[in-house]
Amino acid sequence: MTVQVPKLEYRHRVDDLLRTERLPHVWCPGCGIGITLQAFLRAVKALEAKGVIDRKQLVFVTGIGCTGRASGYVRLDGAHTPHGRPIAYAYGVKLANPKLVPVVFSGDGDLAGIGGNHLLHAARRNFDMLVIMVNNFNYALTGGQLAPTTPHGAYSTTTPKGNPERPMDVARLVAALGANYVARWSIHYPVHIEESVKRALPRRGFRFIEVVSICPEIFGRHIGFRSPVDFYERLRKVAKVRKPKALEEIKYDWEDEITLGVFVDKDEPGYMESICQVYNYDWCKELPERRWSKQ
Amino acid sequence: MARREFLTGNEAMAEAAIAAGLRVFIGYPITPASDLFEYLAEKLPSYGGVVFQAEDEIAAINALVGATYAGAKAMTATSGPGFSLMAESLGLAAMLEAPIVIVYNMRTGPSTGIATGTGQGDVMQSRWASHGHYGVVVYSPWSVQEAYNLVVKAFDTAWRLRVPTIVLSDAVIAHTRELAVVYEPGEVKVADRKPPREPPGEFKPFKPDPDDLVPPMAFYGEGYAVLAESLVHDERGYYTTDPENYERLVKRLEEKITRNKHHVVSSEARYTEDAETVIVAFGTLARSALALVKDLRKQGKKVGLWRPVSIWPLDEEGLSKAVEHADRVIVAEMNLGQLYREVARILGPTGRKIELVPVLTPELPGPDELLGYFRKAGVEI
Repeated sequence: MTVQVPKLEYRHRVDDLLRTERLPHVWCPGCGIGITLQAFLRAVKALEAKGVIDRKQLVFVTGIGCTGRASGYVRLDGAHTPHGRPIAYAYGVKLANPKLVPVVFSGDGDLAGIGGNHLLHAARRNFDMLVIMVNNFNYALTGGQLAPTTPHGAYSTTTPKGNPERPMDVARLVAALGANYVARWSIHYPVHIEESVKRALPRRGFRFIEVVSICPEIFGRHIGFRSPVDFYERLRKVAKVRKPKALEEIKYDWEDEITLGVFVDKDEPGYMESICQVYNYDWCKELPERRWSKQ
Repeated sequence: MARREFLTGNEAMAEAAIAAGLRVFIGYPITPASDLFEYLAEKLPSYGGVVFQAEDEIAAINALVGATYAGAKAMTATSGPGFSLMAESLGLAAMLEAPIVIVYNMRTGPSTGIATGTGQGDVMQSRWASHGHYGVVVYSPWSVQEAYNLVVKAFDTAWRLRVPTIVLSDAVIAHTRELAVVYEPGEVKVADRKPPREPPGEFKPFKPDPDDLVPPMAFYGEGYAVLAESLVHDERGYYTTDPENYERLVKRLEEKITRNKHHVVSSEARYTEDAETVIVAFGTLARSALALVKDLRKQGKKVGLWRPVSIWPLDEEGLSKAVEHADRVIVAEMNLGQLYREVARILGPTGRKIELVPVLTPELPGPDELLGYFRKAGVEI
């Protein structure tokens, strides 16, 4: 069966950053990935307009999953890597050409599940890259299986009696590992996501932005939400913006509170500068993070 | 300037990579490859290259692929257990046509095996580790000098054909010290990428040139908005399930090697001009086999040796020529018959008797011990 797609006359302001010929996208109605992606692209446009960054230096790397499909739509240098490996791929990009700035855009299953080891070590190294993790609570592309972020007790297709496991608070974990920038928002806060990207993209070290999303088709149905709006409203009730005084105050509890906000915002040398403290490479003076963060 | 040095195989392979223009080495410790990594950690930064210890071999190979797309000559070194972890993204490298180089020092398997022992159990794995049908090139050295030469050759092949290339060495070469002639960067010939010929917007990153089937390569940062797509993709790098595109892509990934095999295949024949029996062996075992051939020649037996230098693909014409006068072919290898299957496939239809001598030991046998394995296998010579 062929689907006739009407030709798009309408231009969106981020269209020049999209492979519009690839549209429509695969994401379901009500999905939060588009909100997150648009916030990222708007931030890129804004930073570019101010002359802070150059889009030619960005490398947009995704893994496998619903969020991982984003690389197919974004008109930047990029890669769609195997499951869990975008951070690993980004290491090589940065090491090979330090003038490039890797942006990893992927899901919770990809980054915190199968790719968890890379996430830990990239944060520990304060490796220079921006990671945006869309947390939709489940493995959606494969049909709604349990993820490391699935709330305790929640139904998924592989926990039909409810999730017996405790979920991982990924943002808190990354903060504990010493990343330069850690923030968590939900899709209710697109402007905050955009502002976080504007702050974190031209920055050295490991920068992590988690976006808690709804997944009405694949996850929401299993946990009893009849419509995307119900899921959206329920998440809004538990997602609370706070400024925690200590990491212990950050909560990831579907029944109580999912803490949102900027948890870490510091400017310690990233991995690339750390190796420049040992070796005098030609590129050490030209690290874009150094230049961009001064503007 | 060329210079002679007394080096281990690992040191020589590290030197070869530097000479070939290595910019990024990414490793994870494993016996018997760690000292290659250590040698580069000491030396590569002074040539402007970067070494990085990844959290595991999975990270290492994915980072290698990313590094090549960002324009760097990139290599890792590992052994069986590490290569097993790399299997998935070896397929990524083949799919993205990323010119990565892997030094693979075989040790005794399976599983953790005998970490300090040598082995030849990974012939099939080096070819078929990842899922799906794809192409790789695998070379196998038998000396420190050849290990050096083949690492240089591996970079040339990888970049000429945009194909992951493996140097299938072993624990003996890794740690044997021999004289080798080594060079400085710029003194060895290594292919570079074919740069894009069209401007951004028109350039298609997976559109092959019709003659060699290799697509020109745009690097990240050059303004081409290159999408390195792991899914089955069209010439633009866009995911598609179109059956004709799929067939064309998978065939090309293999055919770009076979069509350019004059750049790739090589083998060596010794004492085969009049040989009635030809022993086939590769890697370090071929050295014992050559010594055995010489011993047998002294006894007046018309025995020769054929050893493949490229294992995947094999130099099939070279093999056929080496056995021209032989009615017996004996494959000796340190496994239960992997290269043997390929030799049987090639020569089986000719009606020659093809026998297998499995040499299952973690230590490289000398010629007399090797003869013992012939007897154990019931192969008279």
